[in-house]
Amino acid sequence: MSKYTDHLGRPLVAITGLGVVSSLGQGKEENWAALTSGTSGIHTITRFALDNLRTQIAGTVDFLEESTKGASTLSQKLASLAAEEAVAQAGFPVDDFGGPLFLAAPPVELEWRNRFALDALVKSEGEPGYDLLLAACRRGPQVDMFNTAEFGYIAEVLADKFGTRGLPITLSTACASGATAIQLGVEAIRRGESDRVLSIGTDGSVSAEALVRFSLLSALSTHNEPAHKAAKPFSKDRDGFVMAEGSGAMVMESLESAVARGANILGIMRGCGEKADDFHRTRSKPDGSPAIGAVRASLEDAGIEEDAIDYINAHGTSTPENDKMEYLALSTVFGDRISSLPVSSNKSMIGHTLTAAGAIEAVFSVLTIQTGTIPPTINYDNPDPAIVMDVVPNVKREASVSSVLSSSFGFGGQNTCLVMTAEPN
Amino acid sequence: MQNNTVVITGIGLISSLGEGVDAHWKAFNDGLEPRIDSETFKPYTVHPLVEVDWNNQIPKRGDQRQMETWQRIGTYTAGLALQDAGIKDDESLCASMDMVVAAGGGERDVSVDTQILAEARVRNDIGTMLNEKLTTELRPTLFLAQLSNLLAGNISIVHKVTGSSRTFMGEEGSGISAIDTAVARIRSGQSTHALVGGAYNSQHPDMLLGYELNGMLKRDGWAPLWQREDSAGGGIVTGSGGAFLVLESADHAKKRGARVYAAIDGVYSAQIRRRRDDLTQTVAKLIGAASSDKAADLIISGASGAKHVTAVEKAALDTFSSSAVRGVAGKLGHLREAQFPLVVALAALSVFNGSAFPPVDAKNERAGPSDVNTALATSIGGTRSEGVARLVKV
Repeated sequence: MSKYTDHLGRPLVAITGLGVVSSLGQGKEENWAALTSGTSGIHTITRFALDNLRTQIAGTVDFLEESTKGASTLSQKLASLAAEEAVAQAGFPVDDFGGPLFLAAPPVELEWRNRFALDALVKSEGEPGYDLLLAACRRGPQVDMFNTAEFGYIAEVLADKFGTRGLPITLSTACASGATAIQLGVEAIRRGESDRVLSIGTDGSVSAEALVRFSLLSALSTHNEPAHKAAKPFSKDRDGFVMAEGSGAMVMESLESAVARGANILGIMRGCGEKADDFHRTRSKPDGSPAIGAVRASLEDAGIEEDAIDYINAHGTSTPENDKMEYLALSTVFGDRISSLPVSSNKSMIGHTLTAAGAIEAVFSVLTIQTGTIPPTINYDNPDPAIVMDVVPNVKREASVSSVLSSSFGFGGQNTCLVMTAEPN
Repeated sequence: MQNNTVVITGIGLISSLGEGVDAHWKAFNDGLEPRIDSETFKPYTVHPLVEVDWNNQIPKRGDQRQMETWQRIGTYTAGLALQDAGIKDDESLCASMDMVVAAGGGERDVSVDTQILAEARVRNDIGTMLNEKLTTELRPTLFLAQLSNLLAGNISIVHKVTGSSRTFMGEEGSGISAIDTAVARIRSGQSTHALVGGAYNSQHPDMLLGYELNGMLKRDGWAPLWQREDSAGGGIVTGSGGAFLVLESADHAKKRGARVYAAIDGVYSAQIRRRRDDLTQTVAKLIGAASSDKAADLIISGASGAKHVTAVEKAALDTFSSSAVRGVAGKLGHLREAQFPLVVALAALSVFNGSAFPPVDAKNERAGPSDVNTALATSIGGTRSEGVARLVKV
């Protein structure tokens, strides 16, 4: 183990650039000020009609021109803004990054507005349906619509804009996607494929149909009034998550190369761990073993003991199932110490940013290490007696934090955890 | 860092041509006519999936019901690959196995979509109508049945593969990255064994729409892959099917006495800006890099049929005159995300059998070679992403 390698002789991975956008605002400064003051970004939805919808709230990003242009366009813009901030902070040219791109992006489909527009082209020719939509396409290519429905399009635009190298990877591991994008970047650096990587998680996919889909699975909070009280992780009366949008971006480099170029090192991405669940599509194995396995795998990969973790940035979705299972996993790994170890959920304020969540929460985890401020879990008014944790209730806390565990658990049995530490020297 | 040899020890295949390794090898060697359906989605042609008894790999009806066709094809094919590798019932090998799935999106509910399109013509309150229809007509479980990462999720549930689960997206490029990443991880020692592949259902109008928005589908029936220049439409004929591979380090395979089809010697990928950069040169460069030690005996091309891109690939392939070429999309269609896993599987089979199957399009592909020790597999995306793999005899 040299100055630049870890316990397994692998290159240490330095974090040198961070970028974030959420319903709380654009950029680290705005977000961190709001997050540490316990501000909620959850509000009544204005983007689409709310009639017949049980859930009428979300943490949508409404302050961009692209906010009303559809999932693909908004996801691309959010990713682009976060990446600009991260690449600029790292000090690389924003149009010539020179390393690979790992992008967690939402699965996109052709928007209803586009389906209606296609139908309008051929209305007079017959009954509505797919045959007619296809006939509309035969009149001439609809390149803009095509792009918005292609999974590889966003990464192609970003790769071009930022000058990343090679075939970019677009991925989805549901609510763990952002963490997986970071994990893939770490692995690439450890393999020596590149000195630097750009990992982004983005999600701008809140639409009526997306909301209805989650709503039909009974996954969403219906606490519409007041909106800012809806996301209440670890509370007894938690009733579901709140859909939200945003993006987190991270520039990572081999520590050696970061030091060599005199970069400002914000933290170390020390370890990543994952374990898939084979129990059910939306529920976790009752014994919590896959989530436990993911937490342990990340600690093992980082080469540190449980005792060394100072703070946990929880997945904490505010669904009855997740928070219960997350507590089971964390209390199993950390034992009695879990009652005094600070564990907070950013989702109490920014909602569940789905594909972006793992990346955004990793950014906030590094900011916690840098500033010594732990953001609170807000709306913690009725503690769940079955969850005995220090959730940093309602008010931020100052503490010296040198190691953070950030957990992400998602539908389809996805469990991924990241361990971040302060710069070694 | 380690430098392991990466080998293929299991292949799962299903398509219009049949099910399993032998059925595919036979279909290509016997020169059977492609199976096509030009009626259901007229004027488009698809290669329909062979009849499958889902119970063979997905024993629980409850599980089958939770998947749309694309997920079912993939979960089934993954089972075939695990079985072929002899680890399907090895709980501990499956529990420590890594997984990378190349996934598209699932199938939408055609009837609900049609109702909404009809209502939209007569209502002014489109937003309200949309909510009304979606909340009352959508099947609650459909979301999961069409969600991209749930193909991997279903493979975990049905086959107990739980070491890790990663889903890559992005059309042909996702298949290239999936294999590239799994190979890189095993080579470097980050993983010992992995399941990697993809699936595609061509028999759904929304899947056709995804291509036809850009005018990419062939509109006048089937034609041989390399002879679509003058046909109506964009040239692509899609096919239903799946392709999964079990990859292992050579040591891992040897220790458990596994049969080895071939080694994956290298994966070469790119994503150029096609409006700016020269695609012919890029393809030639990738094949050149994959041939740098020695020209491959055979190149299995995953050319999609997309007119310009396919012509460009053919032009590049023709410059490697010592390698015989076989384009397979004329035989079983273009499988998008699963195309690269498919051609890598067919290239591995050719190396394993030491021979090339006869030309698929005799006018444009030459016979031979008598001996196949190395084979390349290509997938040049219809819109973006380029990939080549090199398979060698072990």
